Amino acid sequence: MSRLRNALLAGTFAGALGLWIASAAMAQELSFSQVERGRYLATASDCVACHTNIEEGGKRYAGGRGLETPFGTIYSSNLTPDEATGLGGWSRDEFYRALNEGISRDGSHLYPAMPYPHFTKMSREDADAIFAYLRTLEPVTAEIPENALPFPLSIRMSVAGWKLLFFDKVDFAVDPDQSQEWNRGRYLVDALAHCGACHTGKNLLGADKEDEYLRGGTLDNWYAPNIRGGVNGGLADWEAEDIVRFLGEGRSRHTAPMQRMGEVVGLSTQHLRDEDLMAIAVYLKSLDDAPREEAEAPAQARLETGEAIYFDNCAACHSADRSGVPDIFASLESSNKLTAEDPATVIRIILGGARAQQTEAVPSQIAMPGFAWKLTDQQVADVVTYLRAVSDRKAGPVSAGEVEDMREHLEEK
Amino acid sequence: MTKQLPRVDVVLVGFGWTGAIFAEKLTAAGLDVLALERGPWRDTPSDFATTFAQDELRYYWRHGMFQEASQDTLTFRNNSAQTALPMRRWGSFLPGNGVGGAGVHWNGQTYRFLPSDFVARSHNEERYGPLPADMTVQDYGVTYEELEPHFDYFEKICGICGQAGNVDGETIEGGNPFEGMRSDQYPNPPMRMTFSQDRFAASARALGLNPFPVPSANMSRAYVNPLGMQLAPCTYCGFCEKHGCGNYSKASPQTTIIPVLMQRPNFGLRTNSEVLSVEKTPDGKHATGVTYVDTSGEVWFQPADIVILCAYPLQNTRLLLLSEIGTPYDPRTGEGVVGKNYCYQVMSSATVFFEDEYTNGFVGAGALGMVVDDYNGDNFDHSGLGFIGGGYIACGTTNARPIESHPVPEDVPRWGSAWKRAVRENFLKTTSVGVHGSSMAHRSNHLDLDPTYKDVWGRPLLRMTYDFTLNDRRLTEHLTPVAEEIAHGMGGAHVKVNARRGSYDSEPYQTTHNTGGTIMGTDPASSVVNRYGQSWDLPNLFVTGAGLFPQNAGYNPTGTVGALAYWSVDAIINRYLPDPGPLVRP
Repeated sequence: MSRLRNALLAGTFAGALGLWIASAAMAQELSFSQVERGRYLATASDCVACHTNIEEGGKRYAGGRGLETPFGTIYSSNLTPDEATGLGGWSRDEFYRALNEGISRDGSHLYPAMPYPHFTKMSREDADAIFAYLRTLEPVTAEIPENALPFPLSIRMSVAGWKLLFFDKVDFAVDPDQSQEWNRGRYLVDALAHCGACHTGKNLLGADKEDEYLRGGTLDNWYAPNIRGGVNGGLADWEAEDIVRFLGEGRSRHTAPMQRMGEVVGLSTQHLRDEDLMAIAVYLKSLDDAPREEAEAPAQARLETGEAIYFDNCAACHSADRSGVPDIFASLESSNKLTAEDPATVIRIILGGARAQQTEAVPSQIAMPGFAWKLTDQQVADVVTYLRAVSDRKAGPVSAGEVEDMREHLEEK
Repeated sequence: MTKQLPRVDVVLVGFGWTGAIFAEKLTAAGLDVLALERGPWRDTPSDFATTFAQDELRYYWRHGMFQEASQDTLTFRNNSAQTALPMRRWGSFLPGNGVGGAGVHWNGQTYRFLPSDFVARSHNEERYGPLPADMTVQDYGVTYEELEPHFDYFEKICGICGQAGNVDGETIEGGNPFEGMRSDQYPNPPMRMTFSQDRFAASARALGLNPFPVPSANMSRAYVNPLGMQLAPCTYCGFCEKHGCGNYSKASPQTTIIPVLMQRPNFGLRTNSEVLSVEKTPDGKHATGVTYVDTSGEVWFQPADIVILCAYPLQNTRLLLLSEIGTPYDPRTGEGVVGKNYCYQVMSSATVFFEDEYTNGFVGAGALGMVVDDYNGDNFDHSGLGFIGGGYIACGTTNARPIESHPVPEDVPRWGSAWKRAVRENFLKTTSVGVHGSSMAHRSNHLDLDPTYKDVWGRPLLRMTYDFTLNDRRLTEHLTPVAEEIAHGMGGAHVKVNARRGSYDSEPYQTTHNTGGTIMGTDPASSVVNRYGQSWDLPNLFVTGAGLFPQNAGYNPTGTVGALAYWSVDAIINRYLPDPGPLVRP
């Protein structure tokens, strides 16, 4: 079995690099393995997260999850092979065209909430394997609600204009100067796991800004931090092994995946092979970033207030010296969420709390409680301002108004 | 009308420490296990968040996580000549409720009973001659040596912090020189001690005693247990006992086992489901399952191949009596077994008041303390003393919770400005040396069903008949002066002795260490279950918890409760399942 696995692994790797030419005999031999390979690739692509109505306990891959976008709510489609409501009638080519070009079976354009700007880099072999896997699912009849989008976005043709501006159908390009591991990592990050969907800054129309690649992005009032691992990057002080543990076990000495990223780790990355996680880490660690701009220093009085609030409310878990407890309570010395240009995530976690992801490796339910009922907007702003100012990577002050906006957003939810 | 549910392999009644232990091992062995818990679901993030966990008013004074006395309580009397009356508000002890049970609101002091505690009758009779006729002390039927691997495992599950005194027969300086032989060290080092413990240890050493750190389930450092569960370093906030821990620092079923279980597809849990009775086959020789009621009053029958009682000892006893399993104990004839040998503990203390030095008692933890074991169990010669057993003497800094803690010297008024001034002067300057005395079983102390009072479902309440015995009184009179002497050696200005005098009073809080009622032993005529916790009457019924103790030792019970649970579930998996039937033939 392990020999077969190794063969598959090699196959996956070579396929990803576009070097593998499958003979007909080999394809026959691997038809079972192709399903297993497709399951793994679908997991790496985290298809199940969007295509399962998790909030309402829907069946896996049966779609119907409402995805909040800045433009309205888009409901995911049913990927099970149901004839009427799922992929039952789809051909392999049609499936590939959806991933590769963002075009649905009937020729209409898919909204880019479906991350085909990333999947377009996926190899044909990998797309076919995912399709083969999806065909093995139990068909579920599940009607998908109408998208809740304002005019003119409700017209799918509007997507054509968007694609014209922002969508390039490109193949994954191997960088021959880099190692196979690095290339594999980049393929996983860009083509499958579509990390940039959250971690890359977006323009006003929701398209990735190239120069913001993996430098952090805001989505649905969460800020997905900078995950570049080189000099000046958000993960500069993470070792590759920290990234592997974070993705694989749901813990690291810096922090744990929570909420949205927790879901990614829970459904996807904890099930990936260590060598793939290491490839992702190696790739991320190779990405340098521009030096940060000098942050405005807050007034001394605010720092003292913030420090007092920190000591009374936060120090019991995060330690008086902000070093946290490795694997349990996050260090606040150099957190990429805390020191992000956009403090949305840290404000949101202080107000609403957050749970570290439970994984197969670490079943503990560690969580931070919400402080919305206990701290005023000004107090939250002061403690965040203090923590940002004394962090290894300094970041500018936060206003009570920013906290108020987030509080209103959370109360509306 | 009772509705029938699909059969499961095992049904557990109650979901605290022992329920979690049995469920974890039995699901790992591949069985389908369902736990029924009368109280609500509780987890650390939702229910004990650090922002409100330390709420003394809510959790202690308003009994936030204890059994609801208006639904179900027990009646109490000191002796059979009295009429028992219901305890309408808990006092002397605090039965838990909800997922995690009392394992949520314990202090975390995790001792192993002494080897001689498990053979209390044979050991003491061999050394001192026959015990008095009314002293119904018995051997457990299981020995310390047999339980040792299970003590060790439970300590690793909980991440106990302590200093071993005897590993593989080698005596280790700083540990308990009297403890039974251990196969391993504690998984974590002792907690950091405070001023009070340093003074206590110095005073005890000057008297030739052997102080060692209290084995603690409050973490001295971050720890990962064998199931992969993470525990965080204790912050010494002093809200352990009567509270849940919001910092993941106290071992509880929630922090050590339950999240692992909840991931397993062959485990199920139904909360707010109170078991009314254990059902039997018509010939009365096997349990068929349990009948329970949910909060809407709907009654369900849950069939199961194995039934395990994991509730609090008082509830396990009552459930057997209500289900008419085993012969109820009769104190007049001394015959029968269910409800026999109810025991408690005998507590006394000496408070030390310092004048210039600060003890800062608010820097505390449930199991933060130094202790001497020189007067526990049979660690000293009882010849001519007229009692057996003993207790530990400890200086713990468990808390200075503001509503509960305001010790003042003896000559201070109980209220008014003089009292307030004394509280202010002494709040940061006191500590206490406590005696935690054992309780030997007596013919008259027992549990049965009350003839008058009923619970919200119309079932008779449990009736407790209990008073301190001559053995208890002699014990406390012998040990309290030792505590007083240690206290005097600690350098304070005054010492106030809180002696244990008079009859047992169910009102002031003493300890939630109720034991017996479903005792284990070697003979069906004198015990409810055999050495594996298996019912002598129904071989597919097992009982867990401190109700198994034939008498109570001078320690906190949880360590031994955990070890007995692992011992018992090991017997179910390795002996009972391959060949279901009685594991011991009488």
